[in-house]
Amino acid sequence: MSSKTDPRQTASVPAKSSFTLSMLLYDQRYRSITIQIFALFVLMLGVAWLIDNVSSNLQLLGRTFGFGFLSQSAGYDINQRLIEYDSTMTHGRAALVGFLNTVVLAILGCILATVIGVVAGVLRLSSNWIVSRLVGFYVEIFRNIPTLIWILIFGAIMAEGMPAPSAFRGETPTAFMLFDAVAITNRGVFVPSILFATELGTVNLGLISPSLNWLLIIAVLLASFYAARALVSHANRVQNATGVRPTTWWKILALIFVPISVVFIALGAHLQLPELRGFNFAGGLHLRNSFIAMWLGLGIYTGAFIAEIVRGGILAISKGQTEAAYALGLQPGRTMRLVILPQALRVIIPPLISQYLNLTKNTSLGLAVGYMDLRSTLGGITINQTGRELEGMMLLMLIYLALSLTISALMNVYNNRVKLKER
Amino acid sequence: MKKTVFVGTFAATALVAGLANAQSTLEQVIDRGELICGSNTGQVGFGAPDADGVWQGFDVGFCRAVAAAIFDDPMAVSFVPLTSQTRFSALASGEVDVLSRNTTWTFVRDVDLQFNFAGINYYDGQGFMVKSDLGVGSAMELDGATVCIETGTTTELNLADFFRVNGMSYEPVPVDTAAEAQQQYLAGACDVYTTDVSALASSRASFATPSDHTILPEVVSKEPLGPAVRHGDDNWYDIIKWTLMALVAAEELGVTSENVAELAEGSDVPEINRLLGVEGGFGAMLGLDNEWAARAIAAVGNYGELFANTIGDNSPIGLERGMNALFADGGMMYAMPFR
Repeated sequence: MSSKTDPRQTASVPAKSSFTLSMLLYDQRYRSITIQIFALFVLMLGVAWLIDNVSSNLQLLGRTFGFGFLSQSAGYDINQRLIEYDSTMTHGRAALVGFLNTVVLAILGCILATVIGVVAGVLRLSSNWIVSRLVGFYVEIFRNIPTLIWILIFGAIMAEGMPAPSAFRGETPTAFMLFDAVAITNRGVFVPSILFATELGTVNLGLISPSLNWLLIIAVLLASFYAARALVSHANRVQNATGVRPTTWWKILALIFVPISVVFIALGAHLQLPELRGFNFAGGLHLRNSFIAMWLGLGIYTGAFIAEIVRGGILAISKGQTEAAYALGLQPGRTMRLVILPQALRVIIPPLISQYLNLTKNTSLGLAVGYMDLRSTLGGITINQTGRELEGMMLLMLIYLALSLTISALMNVYNNRVKLKER
Repeated sequence: MKKTVFVGTFAATALVAGLANAQSTLEQVIDRGELICGSNTGQVGFGAPDADGVWQGFDVGFCRAVAAAIFDDPMAVSFVPLTSQTRFSALASGEVDVLSRNTTWTFVRDVDLQFNFAGINYYDGQGFMVKSDLGVGSAMELDGATVCIETGTTTELNLADFFRVNGMSYEPVPVDTAAEAQQQYLAGACDVYTTDVSALASSRASFATPSDHTILPEVVSKEPLGPAVRHGDDNWYDIIKWTLMALVAAEELGVTSENVAELAEGSDVPEINRLLGVEGGFGAMLGLDNEWAARAIAAVGNYGELFANTIGDNSPIGLERGMNALFADGGMMYAMPFR
């Protein structure tokens, strides 16, 4: 390289001057860095003070910091458990049971809220005056009353309003099971469950050991949906090439239902109906009052917010799109499904993520109706029995943070798929 | 300017926090002018506000006795209602000076949670209450029952043990407070309500028709209930412990709220004289004055009077003394000597 300087470089870079300390404050190039380093320093000092304060106070109280309590025997029972658990197992295991209860409630709550929200959001724009006003009434009632109140109301309706199991008993029972299969009682709702004559056993994954039967069913369902999607894209290709869409509806139905039916029959699946035994119903699946109250309370409450988000998303699409679709001869239903909603999704998804996160965090209200979620097990009984508030709360915060970030990440992946592709 | 104010506040807070740590509990209470007592959220007979909003009850009465011993004013107490979940953090963090809230004395609470139990003011045990029309006569017939249980209690653990040891299954319905448990039980959301027998009796007394409910004969655990303080202030622990002793000793010695003023003038019995501060100067050793015990007894009566007026014969709850009778009468209540 030659020693001659490039004229373009000398033009853009100012002449090199000697660096002085005062430039850290007065030179715009360095000032922002100085301020940021100073702020970081102050923040770290604050954190250090907090940590020092906590550790010295713990020392003053003669307490130690540690997570050993998680391996101690829990001693308490949990009514709703998705994995094996009894009172002789550890606090850590109890926390896991609670965590799974939180996750199940969050997932089912989000599904319910989304279904209600999308239907209500679309109906609110209905040209039918009664329908749109009724939905408007629902939205305003539910989103303007705190969710805890709704949870308590649903809990009270279940506990106070439904018949006791004894009402189903005797020669002239005062309560009847729906279709002889579903019993709604003040102890919760009993629905039939699926039992298998052939058990394929379980796989041991260390902490949890899911049943192979259900894993097989999930795998078959996923494969069926994948095949159905391939069929649809094939039909799209044929339509694009020839202008004629091959008939697909019965093939899709067959692809989805035939394999799963074969699996069910091969495994000898049958329904187990709930029946009265002793104090209560036995058999079937027991959806407890606490779960129903939480699920309905959170689902319907959050659904009201989602309805507004969906309505806003649809209104954000210009009316010209609808008119253009009508001009092409699309019917209103197809216009909504093929033209409006796909575009509206771009507006809907980001606020929807925050609603999902809100719902997930609101599951921690479970203790109000005795729902044994993570907050009630780890953050409630375990903390209380072991006296490890600091450790328990930190763990609780970390788990909720991780859960929320996971949901947020998954939803962002989806958001990136539906958002406008700018090229 | 704003920054200076912030830094100033920060420094002041740190300083106050530092000073507060250096003060003993008794000094803090005297400076504050009142005792802060952790109480039940509402258990009629033991600790609940009455129609005028004044806290009444057996555990509440003990706090009033402590306040009378310190301030000569049994009303110089503010009560903090605590659920079974929140009570230990409240005591450990210093939010309350003393926890007087039917709390069972256990190893873990004493050693691991670092509390000191000042003694036992009520010997209790866990029982079960069912509706009479259920036709259940024994806790061994409860297989498959739905049980309402307050979370964060020893009863929760005893319940799990009882059903496991006897090979029975049950469905727990966890609730947060006694009031909620009663409501769920009355609504029929659970077949059985389990907690300490004394609390069952007090709940049943508050029901519309108490005779519709049966307390099963089995008592499945020992539940020695007593007031607790946190570790680290032995003098404060002594004050709480000996206030309780003073109430029991007063009953043993026949000192009542009626005759205490007269006996405090001096009597022929040396132990009464030491208890009431006529001789010995015991109050000064505690950091109080010598009439501390006399004032406590004058305020709430001796142990027997307090029991009778809040949960015993003179109250709607009508609990028997049973194990809680004086040792001399065949019970287990026994005060250490004032000597």
